[in-house]
Amino acid sequence: MNKIIKYVITDILRNKVVIIYTLLLLAISFTVFNLEDNTSKGLLSLMNIVLIVVPLICIIFSTIYIYNSSEFIELLVSQPLRRKQIWISLYAGMAIALTLAFTIGIGIAVILYSFTATGIMLIAVGLVLTLIFIAIALLAAVHTRDKAKGIGIAVLLWLYFSLIFDGLVLFILFQFADYPLEKAMLLLSGLNPIDMGRILILLKMDVSALMGYTGAVFKSFFGTTTGIIIAGFVMMLWAVVPVALSLAKFKKKDL
Amino acid sequence: MIIANNVTKKFGRLTALNNVSATCLKGQCVALIGPNGSGKTTLVKSILGMVVPESGFITFNGKNIVHDWMYREHIGYMPQIGRYPENMTIGQVLGMMKDIRNKNGNLSLDEDLVKAFKLESLLNKRMRTLSGGTTQKVSASLAFMFNPDVLILDEPTAGLDPVASEILKEKINFEKQKGKLVLITSHILSELDDLVTHVIYMQDGNLLFHKSIELLRKDTGEQKLSKAIASVMQKN
Repeated sequence: MNKIIKYVITDILRNKVVIIYTLLLLAISFTVFNLEDNTSKGLLSLMNIVLIVVPLICIIFSTIYIYNSSEFIELLVSQPLRRKQIWISLYAGMAIALTLAFTIGIGIAVILYSFTATGIMLIAVGLVLTLIFIAIALLAAVHTRDKAKGIGIAVLLWLYFSLIFDGLVLFILFQFADYPLEKAMLLLSGLNPIDMGRILILLKMDVSALMGYTGAVFKSFFGTTTGIIIAGFVMMLWAVVPVALSLAKFKKKDL
Repeated sequence: MIIANNVTKKFGRLTALNNVSATCLKGQCVALIGPNGSGKTTLVKSILGMVVPESGFITFNGKNIVHDWMYREHIGYMPQIGRYPENMTIGQVLGMMKDIRNKNGNLSLDEDLVKAFKLESLLNKRMRTLSGGTTQKVSASLAFMFNPDVLILDEPTAGLDPVASEILKEKINFEKQKGKLVLITSHILSELDDLVTHVIYMQDGNLLFHKSIELLRKDTGEQKLSKAIASVMQKN
């Protein structure tokens, strides 16, 4: 297994996109912290950028990478290797490269400027989101042979998780404004890893006081250790389930 | 050695393989012949596990290949169109395959073809810059490199220059003498004449016949394989 991961990582490092991504994150994080005197404000701006940029880059890069590796995959499938091993190695290789890029790009600045519980939560959420969106990219890429279509699906999925889902939630909130929706909101947030990440970070920031009664419900749930463990578990599911589904599809795929 | 049992594969509405059954044994050199789109490559890919059949099964040395993957250790495969990671050089591709297949480092590598095709002088060339013929040479070298018991060659000489294709044919003959099973698909029937011992003829996904070359010659009354096949095709 390690041998394939090794080849995937050397290949990713050779095409330089990941290095540019790292530099971009580094530039963003240092700029944000230097613009604001108040580091917790800086962290808030950084959070908004991380929640948009990280999923976008991860899902698009991974989808394109899988399509570009089609020759590599084809070559390996005819060799004495398990398909599961090939697919998981591909995921692991991308995950290692992109989490490394995130740790260097965001981690260094956060540790230097704001090494607090909020900062650590921001790094953790960013890392888990990286794993989740690579997994979703695997799922998008395995389902269609057409590269343009696959990338289109990936972009749509990103759009759904970062914008459309929030719109739908707002719509539900306004339509059912007369009913108590606080508990339902808790469940709804579990359907979107980006939202969940945002809530987890915001609750560490003490601005949750501004979020009204729903914020209080969130705080009473996500504020506790069990709440964080459950949230972490749900986020891990968001990574594991797409990988498992894509693997099942890949095992039966004709190459 | 390789037994296919009622293998059926459909691509959408197209039936690429329709209830194909065949048995190939050690020491045979089997030619897979048929018009374009008759399912030859699909059959070959099913044996390699690259295509998963809808029904039927294939066994390799008595083991069903669905639940096994180690059997591919014994196969050297030369694809019709070799596709390789474009950014890698020939040397890196060869090195990677050695790294993956030669896990314990105890396989004796057969680099005759690498030498015969003079690939050593091209080791630093990237795969995307190679001509079709050179890519075929890389494919052939990889197929023979690990001394496999079974060689599966899909249109091996297509795109090769006469010198290279002569080298390859000699190599195939040499490996056949060692008692390996060789499966070849080809349209150039004249060059199969002195190689093959058995012929499988396919048409529209159906296996029409599978017989030894002596029997085929006797049945059709033709000595040359190309003439024999032509007379079969006219009958259908």
